[in-house]
Parts: sequence; C-alpha cells; structure tokens
Amino acid sequence: MIRAVPAAELAPTTHAFPVRARGLRVRAGRHLAVDGLDLDAAVGVHGLLGPNGAGKTTLMRALATVTRPAGGQLEVLGHRVHERGTDLRELRRALGYLPQHFGFYPRFTVREFVEYMAWLKEVPRREVAGAAQRAVERAGIADRADTRLKTLSGGMLRRAGIAQAIVNDPAVLLLDEPTVGLDPEQRLGFRDLLRDLGTGCCVLVSTHLVEDVAAACTDVVLADAGRVVWQGTPTELAAAGGTGDAGDSAAERGYSALLRRARQGVAA
Amino acid sequence: MNAHVPDAQLTAYAAGDPGLADALCWGIEVHLESCPWCRERLGAALDGPTAALVARVGAALAPAGPATAPPPAPLRGRARRAVRRWTTWSLLPRLAVTAGAVGAALALELLMPAYPSPVLLVAPVAPLFGVAAAWSRRGDPAWELIAGTPQGGLLLLLRRTLVVLAALVPVLAVAGGLAGQNPALWLLPALGGTAATLALGSRIGVSRAAAVVAATWAAAVVVPALTTARLPALLTTAGLPGWALATAALAALVWARAGDFRLDRSFR
Repeated sequence: MIRAVPAAELAPTTHAFPVRARGLRVRAGRHLAVDGLDLDAAVGVHGLLGPNGAGKTTLMRALATVTRPAGGQLEVLGHRVHERGTDLRELRRALGYLPQHFGFYPRFTVREFVEYMAWLKEVPRREVAGAAQRAVERAGIADRADTRLKTLSGGMLRRAGIAQAIVNDPAVLLLDEPTVGLDPEQRLGFRDLLRDLGTGCCVLVSTHLVEDVAAACTDVVLADAGRVVWQGTPTELAAAGGTGDAGDSAAERGYSALLRRARQGVAA
Repeated sequence: MNAHVPDAQLTAYAAGDPGLADALCWGIEVHLESCPWCRERLGAALDGPTAALVARVGAALAPAGPATAPPPAPLRGRARRAVRRWTTWSLLPRLAVTAGAVGAALALELLMPAYPSPVLLVAPVAPLFGVAAAWSRRGDPAWELIAGTPQGGLLLLLRRTLVVLAALVPVLAVAGGLAGQNPALWLLPALGGTAATLALGSRIGVSRAAAVVAATWAAAVVVPALTTARLPALLTTAGLPGWALATAALAALVWARAGDFRLDRSFR
C-alpha cells in the first residue's frame, strides 16, 4: 500500500542538525548529571559511549523532552526544547524513545501495546493498524505479535520496546541501553536493525558495550562526567588506542585511551 | 480515485487479451491496487484454469504469516482499548478502597447523627487516592513512555481524573443522599480537592501533591472538627461560594501550568 505523504514531511528543514546542544546542563534529581555538553548529531547512527554515571540516561531524557534542561541550549529538529513555552506536542510526534527502564503493561499483547503507543503518539487513526504491523515486522517480533508481554523473554521485550519506539516513523530515535539482556545472536540482529534505521533518521544509542558501537554506528560520541569528551568515527576510535591501553579489541583500547586522556586533560 | 474499470476491459484484462492496449492495461493495474471492489469483480471474471491456479497459489500462501491480515478487533478488544485510553488498571483497586472508605464514613454518620458529618469530612479528599495512582511512577509502569508522547500531558491526566470522579461521584451521591446532605456540600469540595492536587502536582508531582493536600485537610479541618465535635463553617452552605471560587481559580492555574504535566517531574 502506498502511503500518502503529507505536506509537512516535504517541507524543507530549517535546522542544520536534527540534534544540537550547546552548553547543555540537565539535572537528575539535585545532581547536575549533564554539565556543559556540546553535541551535533546528523542523520545516521550515533553511539553514545561512556562509563556509568557519565550522564547518558539523563541526556537521553532531555533529548526525549521528558526532562527540561536546567541551562544551555538544546534544539531537537529545530524546536528549542530549552525554552519554556515551546510546544512539545509537534516535536514529540517525530520522536521515538526507548527508556532504559522499559515499563510495560504485562497483560497487553505486543500488538495492543504498539497500537496503544501509536495512539499516544497521535498516529492518524486509520494508519494505526498498518503502522503497528510495520513496526513489529521491522523489530523482528511479528511472529510473537499476539502474545502477551508478560510471557516474553528479555530480548523479545527489548524488541517490543523498539517496535513501540519506531511505530511513528520518528525522525529522531533515542534508544537507551537497548542491547542489555540480548544474547549474542540477538545483538547481531539488532546491529542490522540499527544500520537499517540509521539510513533515514537520526538514531542515538546509548550503551557501554564498545563492540556494539564499533560494529553498527556511523559516529561515536564519548561522554564522561556530563560532557562530550570526544566525537568521531568508529575507525578513528579504533585508531586512538595504543598497545599499552586496557581492552581486548582495538575499539576497546581506543575507548580507554580517549577516556584516560580526557581525564588527564581535566586534571591538568 | 479514478472511475472503475468497465466490464468489457476487465474481462479482456482477465483473459490476457493481446488486443488490450498496454497503456490501458497499466491504468487498470494501478486502479486494481487501490480498489477492492474492482479486484472482486476481476476474481469473478477469471476463466476456469486461471481461477483454479489463483485458488491453488492462495491456499499455499495462506498460512505464511504476515500475508494474512490480522482479524479486525472484536468488540471486547474495542472495549479494552477504550478502557486503556481513559484509565490504568491500577486505578481499579484504589477506587474500590475509596468507595469502601466512603461507605464506612456513611455508616459512622448513620450510627452517630450528632457527630460532625464524616461523609462531608472525607468528600474533599476522597478522589485523591485515585488521582495519585493515575499519574505516578508506581501506578503506571509505562510512565516514562507516556511522559514522552504528544498525547501525554494534562489532557491524558484529565481523562484519568475524569474516570476517578465518574466512579466516585455516584458513590458520594448515594452516601450524601442517605446521610441527608446538600449535594453541593460534598460535590464542590471533592472537585476543589482534586483541583488543588492537580495545581500543586504541576510543581511537586501529582502523588506527592495528593499526600500534601490530604495531610493538610486532615490537620487543618478534620482533626479540629473531631476534637471540637462541630462541623466547621467551611462545610456548611456559607462556605459554598468560597469553594466555588477556589475551585475555579485552581482549575485556571492547572490550565495555565499545563506544560508542566509533559515533564517527568509531574510523575512523583
């Protein structure tokens, strides 16, 4: 079935990057978890790497417009999220978000849940069933679409979570730790899905699994202590490490080398 | 959509008539893709061997998953969908507990007519137990997903609040009626308590606000009324204009702060 393209999708964009942050500060509770972060993210898959406590989840929440920034500038798809009174409704129609703690209704089937999320994301009523079917097929969970969520395994739940995130064909897709709890084969499948998603939309994947980033991302963003300390390609990440750095693969050595350099730079 | 395919052309198309011009053929195919009515006529126009072939291929493909469209939602599914768009399942036990509490207040009132009316004393805080569950992290497992959607926010909260009120107003009506109280004396305070919770909830989170409002009511009105054994002037007809004004002002405040219900801090 050919989808009718609304005029809003053909309008020229007036922003350079789907995601643009300048001096962004975001609180998690009282703690300033994101502090002076600068980030430009274009269309493609961006792997957000960093140790625990680097502010990845807080940044994701701010990008998902769930937490209002405490300071700095944050523009998502040209909407100035940091300003009070910005109408988030229109922006949110173009966002997909999979939180780190993916809460769900255990009694729902996958399809019911994805359709419910499509309704919440204001997908036109006539397109909901088709959009839900496309989303479960892309997430690779079509064969389990009519089972209840409470009977699914951890990996299948993550796929259901991805299906709900992509049901509205988002322009910015935020996945917070999507590979936690996936077995190696599922992770390979997930990398394929990421590459597929990244062709037409700006995907931000937060993870602390360096090999996922090296394999599936077009761009690596390294965060530490609430700011971006390095941004480059996976090849550059692999090239940054020397033989003396900790890690089992080139990407891991690059990760630990860059992190060490950033911390020394701060200390000096 | 353009006009339907004439019978003569459809028969020629079904028979694979070489006399049918190519350009006409393309037009017919494009039309058939989007017109179930003409497709059905095409099926009827097929000759014997072709029809048998189509039936054989159709039978072979039928069990192959996604090609078989999901059946239309049955009536029960539609009712369930309506329920989940207006409420969450965790509300039901809370509403039952609240109805029980109002029943207990009524029993007390009927047993001890000289005492300050317990039904009037609980009416302002009766909806709060349910409202707190309607917008909280514990009461709604998918709160973080909902917080990030365009449909989430004040309107969704108002839908759920409306369900709480729709369930409790009849209970209060029966209790108030049996106790012989003026309906405005329990209805306006119940609405006022709800509005106060939402207005405060935009700042500190709805569940916390419910706790604060209930505690304030208990300390400022219920305890003095029980110790002095006299109903405060607030809960007599003299207090009604005050309740009406306060409710209207608080409702306006809620509307003015609608944007805050889009953020994660309203779920506390």
